[in-house]
Formats: sequence, structure tokens, C-alpha cells
Amino acid sequence: MNAVIFLIVFPLAVSFLALVPPLSLAVRKAVGVCVNLVLCIVPIYLLVTNLDREPAFYHLESSLVNGGMLLVELLLAVFIGVVSVRAKRYLPLLLVVVQSLIMMTFEFTSGHGIEIEHTLFVDRFATIMALIVGIIGSAICLYAIGYMPEYHEHYRQVKDRRAYFAFLMYLFLSAMFGIVFSNNLQWLYFFWEITTVCSFLLIGYRDDAASRECAFRALNMNLLGGVVFAVGLFFLYSSSGVMELDKLLRADKGMVLFPAACLAFAGLVKSAQFPFSSWLTGAMVAPTPVSALLHSSTMVKAGVYLILRVAPVMEQTAAAKMLTLIGGVSFLVTALIAISQSNAKKVLAYSTISNLGLIVACAGVNTAAAVWSALLLIIFHAVAKSLLFLCVGVVEYKLDSRDIEDMDYLIMRLPKLTAVMMIGMAGMFLAPFGMIISKFITLKAFVESNPAMAVVLAYGSAATIFFWTKWMGKVISIKHGVAEVVEHRVSRWEWVTLGILAGATVAVCLAFPYISFHVINPYLREMFGETPVVDTFNVLTVFVIMLGLLIILPAGLFFYAFIDKNYKRVGTYLGGGNIDNITFEGAMGTSRKIELKNYYLERYFGEERLFNAGVFVSLTLMFIMFGVAVL
Amino acid sequence: MSDVYALIKSWSILERMLAFVLLAPVAGGVLAGIDRKLSARFQGRYGPPVLQPFFDVFKLVRKERIIVNKFQDFPIVLFLLFTIFAGALFFAGADLLLTIFSLALAGTFFVLGGFCVSSPYSHLGAEREIIQTVAYEPMIILLAVGMYQVTGSFRVGTILRHHGPLILYLPGVFAGFLYILTIKFRKSPFDLSMSHHAHQEIVRGITTEFSGPALALIEIAHWYETVLLLGMVYLFFAFNPVLGFAMVAATFLFEIFIDMNYARFRWQLTFMSSWLFTAVAGVSNIIVLSLLR
Repeated sequence: MNAVIFLIVFPLAVSFLALVPPLSLAVRKAVGVCVNLVLCIVPIYLLVTNLDREPAFYHLESSLVNGGMLLVELLLAVFIGVVSVRAKRYLPLLLVVVQSLIMMTFEFTSGHGIEIEHTLFVDRFATIMALIVGIIGSAICLYAIGYMPEYHEHYRQVKDRRAYFAFLMYLFLSAMFGIVFSNNLQWLYFFWEITTVCSFLLIGYRDDAASRECAFRALNMNLLGGVVFAVGLFFLYSSSGVMELDKLLRADKGMVLFPAACLAFAGLVKSAQFPFSSWLTGAMVAPTPVSALLHSSTMVKAGVYLILRVAPVMEQTAAAKMLTLIGGVSFLVTALIAISQSNAKKVLAYSTISNLGLIVACAGVNTAAAVWSALLLIIFHAVAKSLLFLCVGVVEYKLDSRDIEDMDYLIMRLPKLTAVMMIGMAGMFLAPFGMIISKFITLKAFVESNPAMAVVLAYGSAATIFFWTKWMGKVISIKHGVAEVVEHRVSRWEWVTLGILAGATVAVCLAFPYISFHVINPYLREMFGETPVVDTFNVLTVFVIMLGLLIILPAGLFFYAFIDKNYKRVGTYLGGGNIDNITFEGAMGTSRKIELKNYYLERYFGEERLFNAGVFVSLTLMFIMFGVAVL
Repeated sequence: MSDVYALIKSWSILERMLAFVLLAPVAGGVLAGIDRKLSARFQGRYGPPVLQPFFDVFKLVRKERIIVNKFQDFPIVLFLLFTIFAGALFFAGADLLLTIFSLALAGTFFVLGGFCVSSPYSHLGAEREIIQTVAYEPMIILLAVGMYQVTGSFRVGTILRHHGPLILYLPGVFAGFLYILTIKFRKSPFDLSMSHHAHQEIVRGITTEFSGPALALIEIAHWYETVLLLGMVYLFFAFNPVLGFAMVAATFLFEIFIDMNYARFRWQLTFMSSWLFTAVAGVSNIIVLSLLR
């Protein structure tokens, strides 16, 4: 219990510490390192101590805390109101008023009668999430120490508010731990709203027109999710008198279906599923650490976390089927859109939505096998995606571009960084690393429950291969001659973080049998009474391929770099008219430079058309979901 | 025939893998020879001897290594390794999905090989190779899904021992597979990324910068792949081995016939038609099966 409370309170304290002005830069850095170390170690401690134990529930005598939370909620509502009036945007104001009205009514009609038995809890799923938030979140904060000075050098017009930035980052982490450990749904809701406000402020950090626009878009959508969340809580309490997550799961399914659908809706908004995807693609205007934090370990993962938690309530209902389909649509459509994008951050954003779609679909299916793969997807995606975001963040300032088309010969200009980036990409799509193991099981789960989803997965996987492979091909192309190496300008903070995350990506791949047997399977046994039967031979084969690749790749690269001498090196073939290696003699004696560009197939996978289609389809599905939940 | 079956059944997984590794290139090479001979006859030429592919490969191996960058051969080696691994898994009776994923991994390495030399011709070939991959990938996954729906297992061994005729349950999946098989065999009209025919292109696509031993490896990988894909065809008719082998032969001849009768499609047509055909034939088949259950 102490560890759980510590994880919530400690980042909170740190966030306020960050606001204290007199600390010098060196002290700040030293404190940052210590804090992040602690944030990594405590979840590991939690994992070790809770590994063989049943889920633990804690009671917290909490009238004072509840009052405090209510006060903070009110203050936040006032804050949002003021901000939106100042920006002359009235939608957030309206939403926040509605939301506050609902919560106030709730508080004054039934607030005092609520008996909360267990406020906090920790089980294996919560521990996994805590590990992700703790390790990846703090790694991103470390990275930010090296990144933010460069950011301000780059954008001189942006006001330097680093203390405020650090405050928001740690506050965010604190709220994430709160979401993960709360059993009291009111607490969960409180932390949920904190992440909404934090993300709004972080996205708007640059404080120019574009970032304000995106920040308000994120705010609008997430406030809408919050309103529905509040409605769900209201109905939940008035229909069944339940205000705790574990009791919700044990309640009469017919009674609590509608509140569960409301919570799932809030989760869909947070995890940026269709029709709410646009806030996440807009969120990339923020500094890289923010997008890494929002996309990989916190905000979106909070969404799927809640969906996975409430999914058992919706089991076997039409609402769950709709949830599966919404996930499927998001998975497929965003994977297709990603093909047409050349902005690296946008590709990453769409790939994030796509992977989360798969997780949501798994939650909708809600069999032991599906949840197994959902949990693995969460883990693999968190490490590999945060790694990729941070890589792109570094590349952006070294090349002054985040466009994939400008990443020619990246392996010659930033060799080590490209190697790290390749690890991340391999984790995202290459068999047998990471994601593909989970996709493998997902396919099995889908075939048994819903073959239509297997079809979606088949097409979506093909699209996934497309955009990753061409990006990978771009960065590993090598030209004759020399390219300027710009790697020495990457700061030490960034290297350390990239090293940690690259190591983590490899480590979770290698440790996946262990994670599966000792963490995920016990959780599934609690939930379903069974675990998916995974063929030992298959696991062994996957393991052999992985180990093989981990040995062959470095060995092969070493061989070709240093030992292999028996070759004759020539220039590339340019139709016989080579002047040198990248220029050739064109028609009429002109000399022309070659430029290699990737295919983006705008005509087939144009963003606008597909996006709108996805929004319409998923909106329909969502209405059906609520329709069947109400009836 | 039954003696051969009994013998294969008595082997362990590793022995079966080894048998594939040793025998598949021989079979694949001979098939390539037959292909070239038949194609020549279709075109009114006499054609090379059936063993010509082997002579070619032996000669390629002895050639000087000419490269444009130091690492370009590495992806090709990985391409070959994982193609072999995919085939070995399949013929050992292991999981069909694992086979497919290994094959996709091998294909990715091939594409990366094409990209890393950064030659315009090879780059274009690599882009087209990805488009081809995207075109055929859904159907290959659906093949596994369909077989699972009928037999209840992804294991090749179990699928092989299934008593009912798979082809009767999976006619659409088979038709779809046949369609994308033309892409996988690199036959016209889908030989976009590189062609075996001199009349199709002036400069060879993805393999432009690969010569000598590297080209030999690509050729050998293609042999392995041919055997593996024909093995997948066999699965549809496994209830009757004689019919199975006859259909494998017929499929192979059919692909050569198609190859001879078409000029190259544009990539747009290749891509769209493959996805549509997959949807019409494969997906409808899968949905019917799921409704029947």
C-alpha cells in the first residue's frame, strides 16, 4: 500500500518542487536523475513483491482527500472556463459547465451516502501499467532534460517555461499512477480529468496559433469523454449503488451495461480511436517528449487500460461487438492512412492509433487469448513507440526536418541513432520481434470469435508492412562517397534515454515468455479461470529466430564492415551516363542529380478521404453501441 | 507412395527440416529448368537444357564480387536464410502462421537489400516489391485463416492429416491464392519488381546492383520459395496424394501459361486487382465458412 501511495504522491511532490525557482540548473538535473531512478525502481519493487500474491485492495480513510479532490476539480473547471473564455472558444466552457453540474448534483444528492470499501488496489495488470508509466515515463523525462534546451534554441520565439513544463510532466505521471491504482471510480475520474488538463497545457506549450488550435481540439474531445464518464458514474450509482471498479465487474451485467459503455466511450476518446483520432495527430505540435509521453506510455494507454478493465462487463453483448468493430476500423483505416504520410511524427501517430485499435478490438473480444495479446501489445508498443518518437525528435533538430523524405542516407549521417531507430522499427513490425508475436495470437483469438476481424487484421498487417518497410529502406540507403556526420551534436541525456529504451525493447522481446508465464498468465487465470494455450514449439521457434537474429545481425555487420575484403566496389548504374555517383548525363548534355523518393499512393490512401470514412463508420458503430447498451 | 509417406512420418522434426534444406533446391532448380524449357517452347524457341539453372548458379558463384556498398549482400543472405527457415518450418509440419511470418520477414530483407544500394533502378524495383508484398500479404494470411476454420489448427501437420477435402471448403481461398501465386512466382503480368524475361524491361529492377554470388543467392532463395509455395498448394488436396501432386503440377503449368499470355500490368492494376480478388474470393469464402459453423 505504501508503494502505491508513494507512486502517486511522489511525482506530485516532485512536480511542485519543479516550480520552486531558486534551484540552479545543475541541481535540477541531479534531482531529475534521482527522481527518475526512484520512479523506475519502485514499480519494479512493486512487481517483485506482488508477483505471487492475489490482487491487493486497500482502504483509505479519505473524507479530507475527497474534499480536496472536489476542490481541485472545481478549480480546474474554473481554470478551463477562464482559459476558454479568454481564447473566445465556448465549447470547452459549455462542456466543463455540464460536467461540473453533473458532478455537483451527484455530490450533493448522494455524495455523502457513498460507502467506499476499497479506494486503491494493485493487481498484475496495474503493476504492468505502473512499470510502463514509471520506466518509460521517467526515461522520457530524462530525455527532456537534454532536449528542452535545444528546443528553445530552435524556437527562439517560444517563451522559456521549462519549470512549468517539468511541473506538468511529473503531474501527468502522478495522475497516470492514480488512474492505474484507483479502485474508487470517483478517484479514477479525478485523475482522468487531471490528465486531460495536463495534456491540454502540454500540447499548447508553444503557445502559437497552431498549437493552441490543436490543444483546444484535444481539450474538447477529452472533455466530451469526461462528460460521458461523469454521466456513466451518475447512472452507475443511481442504478446499482456501486462506485468501485471491482464491484462494477461483479454487479448484475444488465444493470451496469450502460455505465460500462460510458466508461468505454471515455476510454475510446483518450486512446484516440475513431471518431476521436484527430486530437492525437494534432498533438504532435508539442515538443517531442510530450508526444512521446502522450503516445506511448500515458494518455493513450490510460484509455485502453480503462477499456480493458470494463470490457468484462460488456462481454458477449452487441455493445462489445461494436467495440471490437470500432477498434478494427481504427486499426485498418489508420494503417492505410499512414502509407500516404511522409511526416515522420504523423506516421508514428497513425501507427499508434492503429495499434491501439488492435488493443481495443482485443478488449471487445475479451477472451483469454485476446486479453493476453492485448497486454503484450501494450507492453511492446509502449517501449518501441516511445523509442521511435525520441529518435525522430533527435533527427528533427539534426536535419532540420521531420520529413521521411529528408532522411536519405541517415545511416551515414547519424549511424548510431539509425541503429537505435532500426531496433524500434523492428520492434514495431518485423517478425519475430515484439508486436508480431502479439499479432500472431490476436489472429488466433479473432479466428475463433469473429472471422471478419481476421480479415481486417490481414489487410491491416499488409498496410503496416508497407509504411514501415519504405521508411526503413529510406534510412538505411547508403551512397558512394562521404556524408557529413552530425551525430556528435546529440546530447548525453538523449543518448542515455535512447540506450535505456533500445535495451528495454530488446529485453521485453527476450523476456516475453517470462512476462507471459509469470505476470500475464496469473492475471488471466484470475479473470477467466484459464490461460491461452500457447504452443511450446512455437514459442521456442520464435525464440530461436529472435536469438538467431540478435547474434547474426551484429556478427554479419561486423563481418561486412571489417573482415570482408574480397570485392570490387563500383558506382551505381545510372543508365550508362554516370558523371559521378549521384549525377548522370541527361538528355541534351545536361547533368542531372538523382533523387530517390518513396511511393505514398495519395490517390488510394489519401488522408482526408479515408479519415472521413473512418469517422462516419465509427460514429455509426458508436451510436449502435450506446443504443444496445441503453436498451 | 505410401512407403514414402511412412518414411517421412517416421522422421523427427529436425530430420524433416534437413531433408527440405537439402532437397528443395534440387527440386526448385529442376522446376526452374522445366519452366524455362516450356516457356521457350511456347515462344517457338528450343530452350536451354533442364539443368541450365544449376549451371547458371554455379557460374554466378564463381564470378567476381562487384558491389556498390559494403553491406548490400547482407540483407540478401538474410533473405535466403529466412526463406529456407520458412520452408523448413512448413515441411517440418510446424505452424502455418509462423511460416508465413518468416516468409514475410525474408521478403522484407530482400526489399531492404534493394533500398540500401540507393540506385534509381533498384529503388524503383524495391518500391514495387513492397507494393507486391502488400498486394499478396492479406491473401496469404487468409489462407491460414481458412485452413484453420476447416481443420481447427494452424499446424501444417494437422492440416495435412485432415480427412476431408480442403478444396471443397475453400474454393474461394484457393482461387485467391492462385491469383497471388503469380505475384509470388514473379510471373507476368505481376513481375513488376524484376522479371525473368528480357523483353519485359531494359534494366532489371530490384536486383540491378546485385551480381555474381549475391545473384546466385537470390536465385536459390527463389527455388526454395517455389517449393514452399507449391507445398501450400498441395495442402488443399492433401486428402489424396496422387491428386495433390497432379494439382501441384497443374498449378505450376498454369502459372507458366499465364506468364506466357500476359504483358506486365501497371502497379495500380496489380495492387487493386489483388486486393479486390482477395476480398471477393477469399473473404467471402471465410465468411461463408464462419456462417456455416
